[in-house]
Amino acid sequence: MKYADEFRDQAIAQRIARAIGAEVSSQRAYRFMEFCGGHTHAISRYGLEDLLPANVRMIHGPGCPVCVLPASRIDMAIRLVDRPEVTLCVYGDLLRAPGSQGQSLLRAKALGADIRMVYSTLDAIRLAEQAPSREVVFFAIGFETTTPPTAVMIRIAERKRLKGLSVFCNHVLTPSAMHSILENPKIRDTGGIPIDGFIGPAHVSTIIGTQPYEPLAEQFGKPIVIAGFEPLDVMQAILMLVRQVNEDRYEVENQYSRAVTREGNRRAKEEVSQIFEPREQFEWRGLGLVPNSGLKLKRAYAQFDAETRFAIHDLRVADNPACECCAILRGAKRPVECKLFGTVCTPETPIGSCMVSSEGACAAYWTYGRVRDEQLRRPS
Amino acid sequence: MSVKGYQRKLDVENGRVDLSHGSGGRAMAQLISGLFHQAFGNEWLARCNDQSAFDVAAGRMVMTTDGYVVSPLFFPGGNIGSLAVHGTINDVAMSGARPLYLSASFIIEEAFRFSDLKVIAESMGAAARAAGVYIIAGDTKVVERGKADGLFISTTGIGIVADGLDLSADKARVGDRVLVSGSLGDHGVAIMSKRQNVAFQTEVVSDSAALHNLVAVMVAAGGSSIRVMRDPTRGGLAATLNEIAHQSDLGFRLQETSIPVKPAVAATCELLGLDPIHVANEGKLVAIVAPDLADAVLAAMKAHPLGSDAADIGEAVADDRRFVQMATGFGGRRIVDWLWGEQLPRIC
Repeated sequence: MKYADEFRDQAIAQRIARAIGAEVSSQRAYRFMEFCGGHTHAISRYGLEDLLPANVRMIHGPGCPVCVLPASRIDMAIRLVDRPEVTLCVYGDLLRAPGSQGQSLLRAKALGADIRMVYSTLDAIRLAEQAPSREVVFFAIGFETTTPPTAVMIRIAERKRLKGLSVFCNHVLTPSAMHSILENPKIRDTGGIPIDGFIGPAHVSTIIGTQPYEPLAEQFGKPIVIAGFEPLDVMQAILMLVRQVNEDRYEVENQYSRAVTREGNRRAKEEVSQIFEPREQFEWRGLGLVPNSGLKLKRAYAQFDAETRFAIHDLRVADNPACECCAILRGAKRPVECKLFGTVCTPETPIGSCMVSSEGACAAYWTYGRVRDEQLRRPS
Repeated sequence: MSVKGYQRKLDVENGRVDLSHGSGGRAMAQLISGLFHQAFGNEWLARCNDQSAFDVAAGRMVMTTDGYVVSPLFFPGGNIGSLAVHGTINDVAMSGARPLYLSASFIIEEAFRFSDLKVIAESMGAAARAAGVYIIAGDTKVVERGKADGLFISTTGIGIVADGLDLSADKARVGDRVLVSGSLGDHGVAIMSKRQNVAFQTEVVSDSAALHNLVAVMVAAGGSSIRVMRDPTRGGLAATLNEIAHQSDLGFRLQETSIPVKPAVAATCELLGLDPIHVANEGKLVAIVAPDLADAVLAAMKAHPLGSDAADIGEAVADDRRFVQMATGFGGRRIVDWLWGEQLPRIC
């Protein structure tokens, strides 16, 4: 496959692996968090950890939108589809995400709710055009990458006067979450999460650029390397992080220069800022309430805001107390350290959200990486 | 009963199925004789009984049953009819058997077009004739609009297996080789390319095919060294190997670079975030073969048109966790798990 296989070349991977092996100091450990689920998936899918020295450990971060979505938002969506006039458009990943009582949109659909699995915002527009008497609600979810398409959808709805179309907005912001991970007193005080550096998001950074990470690197003294989602991108980024750590540098470096600039995509950012504004706080599964970390529609676009339109209010609900998603999403625990992992919590029957999406830390471990931990558990 | 004697001819071109075609009355008889019997044409159906009798040859008989709910009904490389015949033949053939007879039961939604039903029935007849099997029993039911999505077909297949052959998914042994008969994921990608909300253009067509002749040459080359055969349909290669690993209580080690996947299938899967080893096939088989004759079986497969891209992709290993593992093309290792969730409902 052209333009993809080049970034999956085993010979080059071995070369980078040798360079990493030669440059790491045996006197210390290197713990890097890949923030994004896309990186987690690449690491697991290609078995990348097998190429790294034993003292380089990857910590899977919270950059999977389905994983960090709190159960309360699923509960809200289920309340929305209880209304007979509502057609809810969702991405496939979200259908199985568990609500607070273990219910899901998939079950609501089986019981008769009008829930459609869509692949893009354009599908929602098409549905709204085809069924003008329905209330078509788009379940908007995702980081900065998926926000511009939602903004464009609202623009199109405005232009086409699609009165039935609205958005249940769950868009979240990456830098705020990274800030929260580094600053969280729980993490600092327990010393549970000694992160030496970050692999920064690929697609998110094409929109926001590398600039927003600079204050984080500076304030917390952590190197950040923005990397593409191909396995060679990740390998190269790890090498760049090792070098920064060895040289006591903490800069924002851009490995993904073929797609990311310092400024990002100005047009997309403008479009988003015209329609959305930050919420005072937004709940993240695993991180709790994070200030300025979510987006909502501006007052001028309230007619497109499903929360206003249907007067559904946020509730806070407790997660399953035995579920370690919270610690796992912060990198404080590994999936196998959760009692539920692989026993009652599996991809078929997810308890925590990390098990729901294939980009979730637990699901990726379960699907691709279990064999390594099994070996850790049972030395032979 | 012939078409003669009915007051008005079946309007295949413009007509549609209605509830009377499932009622047991004259309309149903006309549909069956005018459409199905003509398409399937054989001496058993011509006798118009509620059952068909046939002689039993020496050996052991095998029997399978299957339901087809594929959406859309017509896809690049086939339709629900040819798929039903091929799929049932393959389930019989995976025991090493020669398939002989099929039955087919049709659940039709009212207002279904006769013209579509005719195309489907004729492709069933053609697929059966090409494979040398006969559709000797059938049933027709019609349900109200909205109670079935156009047409569902369920089938039964009967075949005969030679003495000495006893293939079974619990018979894989450590050291056995894993062979696949060709490129993976073609059927699933062909179906996806026609789905309403993901439609895209591709040259990929379904691999739907009857595999019993390929099985015959494999059995001739490998005999009882062939321990297990399965056709990796829903859940793809990954599901099939996990099933065998569990039933035989061992693991598998695969080489990702040895697994044949067409570039167009690989690219589509990349785009949609799928893995070709989870995507359905309808004309491929996986064989677990003892190492002594694995090369001979592979050579026989490659010499057959339906196995020209066959490959040895790995081996069975001792593993009480029954993991299917794969050395990735990148130089790492990973688990190949069952597919979870629903990648693509109604693929067959």
